Amino acid sequence: MPDRLNHIGLAPADYRGSKTTLCAGCGHNAISERIIDACFELGLQPHRVVKLSGIGCSSKSPAYFLSRSFGFNSVHGRMPSVATGALLANRTLRAIGVSGDGDTASIGIGQFIHLMRRNLPLVYIVEDNGVYGLTKGQFSATADEGQKLKSGVVNQLPALDLCAMAIESGATFVARSFSGDKRQLTQVLKAALSHQGVAMLDIISPCVTFNDQPESTKSYQYVKQHESPVHDVDFIPYFNDITVDYEPGAVTDVRLHDGSHLRLRKLDRDYDPTDRRSALGLLSNAHGGEEVLTGVFYLAPEKPDFLAGLNLVPEPLATLPDDRVRPPQSVLERINASLA
Amino acid sequence: MATADLDVRRGAPAPKDRLVNDFSLQVATVNGSGSQSSNLVLLRTIFQMGIPVSGKNLFPSNIAGLPTWYTIRANKNHYVGRKKEVDFLVALNAETARDDVAALEPGAAVLYDEPLRLDALRSDLVFYAVPFDRLVAAVCPEAKLRKLVRNMIYDGVLAHLLHLDLAQLENALRRHFRKKPKAADLNWAAVQAGYEYASQHLPKRDRCWLEPMQENAGKIIIEGNAAAALGCLFAGVTVVGWYPITPSSSLCEYLISYLRAYRLDPATGQATYAVVQAEDELASAGIVLGAGWMGARSMTSTSGPGISLMSEFIGLGYYAEIPGVFFDVQRVGPSTGMPTRTAQGDVAFAATLGHGDARHIVLLPGTAGECYTLALAAFDLAEEFQTPVFVLSDLDLAMNHWIADPLPYPNGPLRRGKVLDAAGLERIGEFARYRDVDGDGIPYRTLPGTDHPAAPYFTRGSGHNDRALYSEKPQEYVANMDRLGRKFDTARARVPAPVLERDGAGEVGVIAFGSSHFATLESLDQLARQSGLHAAYLRLRAFPFNQQLRDFVARHRRVYVVEQNRDAQMLDLIRLELAANPGGPADLVSRLRSVRHYDGLPVDARSLSDEILRQEAQP
Repeated sequence: MPDRLNHIGLAPADYRGSKTTLCAGCGHNAISERIIDACFELGLQPHRVVKLSGIGCSSKSPAYFLSRSFGFNSVHGRMPSVATGALLANRTLRAIGVSGDGDTASIGIGQFIHLMRRNLPLVYIVEDNGVYGLTKGQFSATADEGQKLKSGVVNQLPALDLCAMAIESGATFVARSFSGDKRQLTQVLKAALSHQGVAMLDIISPCVTFNDQPESTKSYQYVKQHESPVHDVDFIPYFNDITVDYEPGAVTDVRLHDGSHLRLRKLDRDYDPTDRRSALGLLSNAHGGEEVLTGVFYLAPEKPDFLAGLNLVPEPLATLPDDRVRPPQSVLERINASLA
Repeated sequence: MATADLDVRRGAPAPKDRLVNDFSLQVATVNGSGSQSSNLVLLRTIFQMGIPVSGKNLFPSNIAGLPTWYTIRANKNHYVGRKKEVDFLVALNAETARDDVAALEPGAAVLYDEPLRLDALRSDLVFYAVPFDRLVAAVCPEAKLRKLVRNMIYDGVLAHLLHLDLAQLENALRRHFRKKPKAADLNWAAVQAGYEYASQHLPKRDRCWLEPMQENAGKIIIEGNAAAALGCLFAGVTVVGWYPITPSSSLCEYLISYLRAYRLDPATGQATYAVVQAEDELASAGIVLGAGWMGARSMTSTSGPGISLMSEFIGLGYYAEIPGVFFDVQRVGPSTGMPTRTAQGDVAFAATLGHGDARHIVLLPGTAGECYTLALAAFDLAEEFQTPVFVLSDLDLAMNHWIADPLPYPNGPLRRGKVLDAAGLERIGEFARYRDVDGDGIPYRTLPGTDHPAAPYFTRGSGHNDRALYSEKPQEYVANMDRLGRKFDTARARVPAPVLERDGAGEVGVIAFGSSHFATLESLDQLARQSGLHAAYLRLRAFPFNQQLRDFVARHRRVYVVEQNRDAQMLDLIRLELAANPGGPADLVSRLRSVRHYDGLPVDARSLSDEILRQEAQP
């Protein structure tokens, strides 16, 4: 049987990448699979997508999805600035950035904050496992306070909450999900890819080699038992009809920039994902709790993104013809005259 | 010199003792006191009188309250490098006045604020006392404004003493304040008050004289950073990422103002450029590389400390082969060093920046005009060679005013390098990102967004083969590194060639670059005139070097390498070059001698001449 095709006539195989070299069972591989699903289901043109990353296990993963897209594995913690330059040069492309908790929360925390502050239209994925995998298991800044390594080293510092930091810094789409939650993660990714602004996804992604002890909040067992979605996430792409089948008050329905809708069906918590203080309150109250909150915590789809504020010509700056980027000789003559 | 028997207390010196269009004037003030307008008006007046002139601002790393000196040198022979001796001092800073006066050579003149009572300090100088407060009070009834126009008094006094052309002075002043006619009137009144006072009370007794010449017809006067910004504008830069740092900030600030004026789409008013003031220099470099990867002409400007932070990204740019232009406006290091003083201390650093093996194209502008032309060249070279390109300017060149020829409009189209679009990919059949198809070491590249199945590749700073796939295979690593070496060799013939500024008698050669140029020219004349030493002069304009450098060294028995750093960095690069490419006389390396200047002040001709003569006297 031939592969099913999406609305632009491509098969899931058209979104695949090279074979992964990460450990079997690594959460990052599941995330790569969900990125493939999301891009397929949205019908993105692979050549209209660019993939960027920093350094670490997470940052290797862009090689493992979308091999028909350009990729850039840059330097440790600095992918946000590379993405900024890339999108300034060609704002017509969709950009996916993949980072990890070491790449983001330690070495890259400065660029992370400024990326959120700029609201650059980039899907920024943190594959969050609480450890440095590629250097064999040192703690990262999202590791649990009091957690113990096999070697006996104890992490004495509190974990950074990247979602709260992103909201504080000006991000316009902030979510947490779990690499093992296939349905929620795919819906969140599709919504993020349809958002016009920075979308920060903190995705718990267990490290099966260095941080899968049952007591770690980044382990499969722990997250399976303690995942606490704040809502059911449904994404309705712009090319599908919206059917109204919910009771008023039970659902938050947010229209995204491209006409898609993100539908959040409230579970047992009362908070407003379009209100920053409400979202920050939710995250703050969850600190120290046993549960791992997931869902789209904050959304501000109307806020203009960084590129919109620059009043750029619609065409990519990178390939503007000579006569649009080099002023005529008369301009230089005028300048020379003013200096004579 | 006739100065020793000059009786400074009697009348004007005899014509034979006059320094006509050949003196250096220094204004000592406190920074933040608004003296910059007076100084620039003075500079421009002399320029408009057709006399070769340069202005150098010697300022502290501070906003207000510390001593600052502005030196104007007028010289009929076009010697516009720094002159060590000050012939005429304007002493307005009580804090430094005594030291400033003590440092003068006998016969120099001092114009001072009357309450400072400097005339008792020495008997071998010409003193002119001017009651600044009284004069300014008369022309500026509003006490609040007096501080702003007070310094314009000395322009008026100097107009009388130095024989400035009053019409040109008024023209220069009104031009300076063209957007503020009221301020122009007030300042002009202050000039007139100074002039009147000097006419009545200060008979001319010093040696400094200005007489109109015709040397500046068709010339412009410009700061190096402004010229570099114009180079970027006309190179078609589209993405700029920058972070403020002295002495480079004004480059991007000039660029922003030019882009706003000349790079908005006439139909829509939309920008054909993007400028981001980044969070730090790491991010500036990331923006440059991200944009270069995407196919944009991108640049940043910074100084040494910024280059330190950018080194990781520039190594990535070298290895992943991404274009980008990096202006390094050098200041004194190491570390924070002396942020407002000049040096050429980043030469070796820039040439080899990055861990592992790396060699970079480095352009070396020696004049304000070259800040413009080499900026244009840098963008072409970056894209043609798909690599970061440095432009090494320095504070003296970048922040001071220089006379230059009008900036030439660039010839021909932008040279965008080997970029394959979808049609090109069809034609070529097979695409491998890092394959040396043409034998010049320069591969072909595709740009993200290209709609062709063969176009995409994965850019990485990790080991890769010619298909851009991850590789740790020894032979693939070596093949790639050797190709990068070939690419660098290709650049030798394509970077701006050195200029043989003077041909000599064969015995002695001098090599210099960057802002040492004008002092070097003057020094060569001093050596010839005063010591009969006729040296040749080769001015380097780029790294990597080419055959001309080797030939120049081979033609001379002793070759002095002039540079503004302690460690003879350029000499070291030349030594490596001569040693790495054997051929010709075996003793080339031993012919090199070092002349260094690294006190933070711009290099002066006298220091160069003295050092060359000292070494010539040794066996």
